[in-house]
Amino acid sequence: MSAGPAMMTGLDPGAPGAPGAPGALAARVERLLAGAPSPSVDGGIPFRAAQFDAGLAWVSFPAGHGGLGLTPAHQVVVDRLLRDAGVEPANLRNPIGYGNVAPVLAAYGTDQQRRRYLRACFTTEDIWCQLMSEPGAGSDVAGIATTARRDGTGWLLRGQKVWTSLAHVARWGLAVVRTDQDKPKHAGLTCFIVDMHAPGVEVRPLRMLNGKADFNEVFLDDVPVADDNRVGEVGGGWQVVRSNLDGERTAFGAEGDEPDPGEDLLAWWARACVDDPVLTDRVMSAVIRSRAARLTAERTRRGAAGEAVHPAIVKLLSSEAKQHTLEVALDARGVAGTLYAPDGYALEQPVRVGIMQGDAAARYLRVQALTIEGGTSAVLRNVLADAVLGLPREPRFDTGIGWREIPRNAGEYERKVRGQ
Amino acid sequence: MPEAGPAERELLRQSVRDFAANTSPESEVRRLMATPHGFDRRVWSIMASQLGLQGMAIPERYGGAGFGWAELAVVFEEFGRALLCAPYFATVALAVPTLLGSDDEDAKQRYLPSIAGGELVATVAVRASAADEVTARHASGGGYELHGRRPHVIDGGTAGLLLVPALGPEGPGIFAVEGGAPGLARETLPTLDETRKQAEIVFDGCPARPLGPAGGAAAILAQVQRLAAVALACEQVGGAQHCLDDAVGYARDRMQFGRPIGSFQAVRHRCADMLLDVESARSVAACAAELAPDGPQFGAAAHMAKAYCSEAFVRVAAANIQVHGGIGITWDHSAHLYLKRAKSSQLLFGSPQQHRAALADLVRGAA
Repeated sequence: MSAGPAMMTGLDPGAPGAPGAPGALAARVERLLAGAPSPSVDGGIPFRAAQFDAGLAWVSFPAGHGGLGLTPAHQVVVDRLLRDAGVEPANLRNPIGYGNVAPVLAAYGTDQQRRRYLRACFTTEDIWCQLMSEPGAGSDVAGIATTARRDGTGWLLRGQKVWTSLAHVARWGLAVVRTDQDKPKHAGLTCFIVDMHAPGVEVRPLRMLNGKADFNEVFLDDVPVADDNRVGEVGGGWQVVRSNLDGERTAFGAEGDEPDPGEDLLAWWARACVDDPVLTDRVMSAVIRSRAARLTAERTRRGAAGEAVHPAIVKLLSSEAKQHTLEVALDARGVAGTLYAPDGYALEQPVRVGIMQGDAAARYLRVQALTIEGGTSAVLRNVLADAVLGLPREPRFDTGIGWREIPRNAGEYERKVRGQ
Repeated sequence: MPEAGPAERELLRQSVRDFAANTSPESEVRRLMATPHGFDRRVWSIMASQLGLQGMAIPERYGGAGFGWAELAVVFEEFGRALLCAPYFATVALAVPTLLGSDDEDAKQRYLPSIAGGELVATVAVRASAADEVTARHASGGGYELHGRRPHVIDGGTAGLLLVPALGPEGPGIFAVEGGAPGLARETLPTLDETRKQAEIVFDGCPARPLGPAGGAAAILAQVQRLAAVALACEQVGGAQHCLDDAVGYARDRMQFGRPIGSFQAVRHRCADMLLDVESARSVAACAAELAPDGPQFGAAAHMAKAYCSEAFVRVAAANIQVHGGIGITWDHSAHLYLKRAKSSQLLFGSPQQHRAALADLVRGAA
């Protein structure tokens, strides 16, 4: 997907005089900073609109759709320059829209969809969520049971989605649903853009172990969707999911806007003048492990030949290093770590998703989810065994038959746990 | 200093890998590790004359190729992968940086060209604990003589040149002792890792010449410790990669319960963990090699590399044995050779705990 849009323009992005030539991109960013409304006006929306129009939103997208037909590596250059100028990145406010939905629309959407949705997605006027996981389709995401059935020229969506970040503030959702229950599980899926304000959409906060509700449950009760909000072919939904998941796994290891937990722990250790050699050893272990994860993510981002590693490697290393690091960070607090300050487990629904919010205890609880969200560590180890190591696959019982025939549980477990 | 581009480095990797495959198949590793000297002088000589590997990071004016640690890292990784038996680490990672770090033009002229030419094996008789002090005294006929012992000298039994940190009359210094010197007794010791030899060296009034003026020794030796850490980390990455490939190959082929064992999730996940260790260790070692010898925060990167890659290699080498099951614990399978290399190189030149403590000291010093 990354190389596609650049090839469409037929430009050599690095040729002298081309938009991606050294200096040309920097000059374009400078013109934007000089000519656009200040990023501090109106929540930065007018600035981001100008950034989109200048092709600096997703530079790998085609011209006219927020890009210049360059490569994702060029975006890193733009982001650095803008960050140096103090501009808050769009992906902080609209992470799902920016990082997951927009690349899907660029690759699979119609021209009309791109024109209609990309600009407001980037300006963050429209927050997006993705309606993918379900109570019965977590690791086995292709087992999705939410259905779409034809209704005149459009569709009616019915079912339940879960782990939906930002659904409570989202204007639009990108949904993957089943349009054919008799085909094999991967073949009967289709993607739709859902109006989160439409009748039949109900969003409930899903409170996590840290008391907060980073996620939601979304109930879809015959929600109408027009056919021009279908993304890709009928039955082509799995392809979209796959490209989306890869993007998500890489994003987890990417140079974030949050402080790195390893660097944060090291800074704490230096400030606290720790003289306990055992604690110091644990801190340094965690710091080094965090560094190893980040250096590995950088190899992928630099993208040099033979350098790139599989996104699942980056995600596993990064999530497990963060868990390790925040466990040490909490242990280091000693008995102070037994408090949950300052407000206890008051329910909150953050509009920004991040792990480095709150104190050490809050962070420790939050990172327990890192090895589950975006692909569990167990599933990702299977991905590596298949895709990188070429090990023979485990026997499975859900292929070669229609989705309807596959054994599954119908939500009894969730009902039991949640007393419903 | 010339620097090879990525394509040239790939070529270097391929030619070193081919060289190791041809000269150091497992049968040869087993033959050499059972000999007291532990290496083949003919191979050592070809390594120099055909590939120039000993002189890779020796400046051209002393007969070398003038490359740096980014290129040496490739060689160490490939030699670690093949468990190549040769005094390469002692000569190239210990002795050459010690000579280059000294202000002793005469010693450089005398020794570096013959190291680059594959004629001279050299080592540094590093002080491994407080007990093994060596002192240098003025000799009655002029010059210096050494007294004391060093119990863990890598390739000390075969080196034609021993560089010995010793406490001299003018303070801590480094002294050069040639292999045939009178008063030099060396005993090759049985080692956990038979592919890397160690000797206990006793100096009983053996004549020595000081390497450069007294006073610079501490800084030179500290730098040699850092470079040794990076070289071992690169070896560890190569060894771990071999263990991963070995385990995956076996898991694909070995049938139990009517299916390859690599289709059982317990085995698949163990292999995936090995992959995570190998790739993350590679990132950390490469970072340290890129910063060597004097890039920003090279010291911290070297400590991180040795601490991390040591533990990763031990985990991966041990996991390889477990994936192999019964065959993996036999003398005839190569898995134990890698476990022994892993454990031994984890403990040489600073344990992971010591490197983490040193990293902490660096951070304290910078704060």
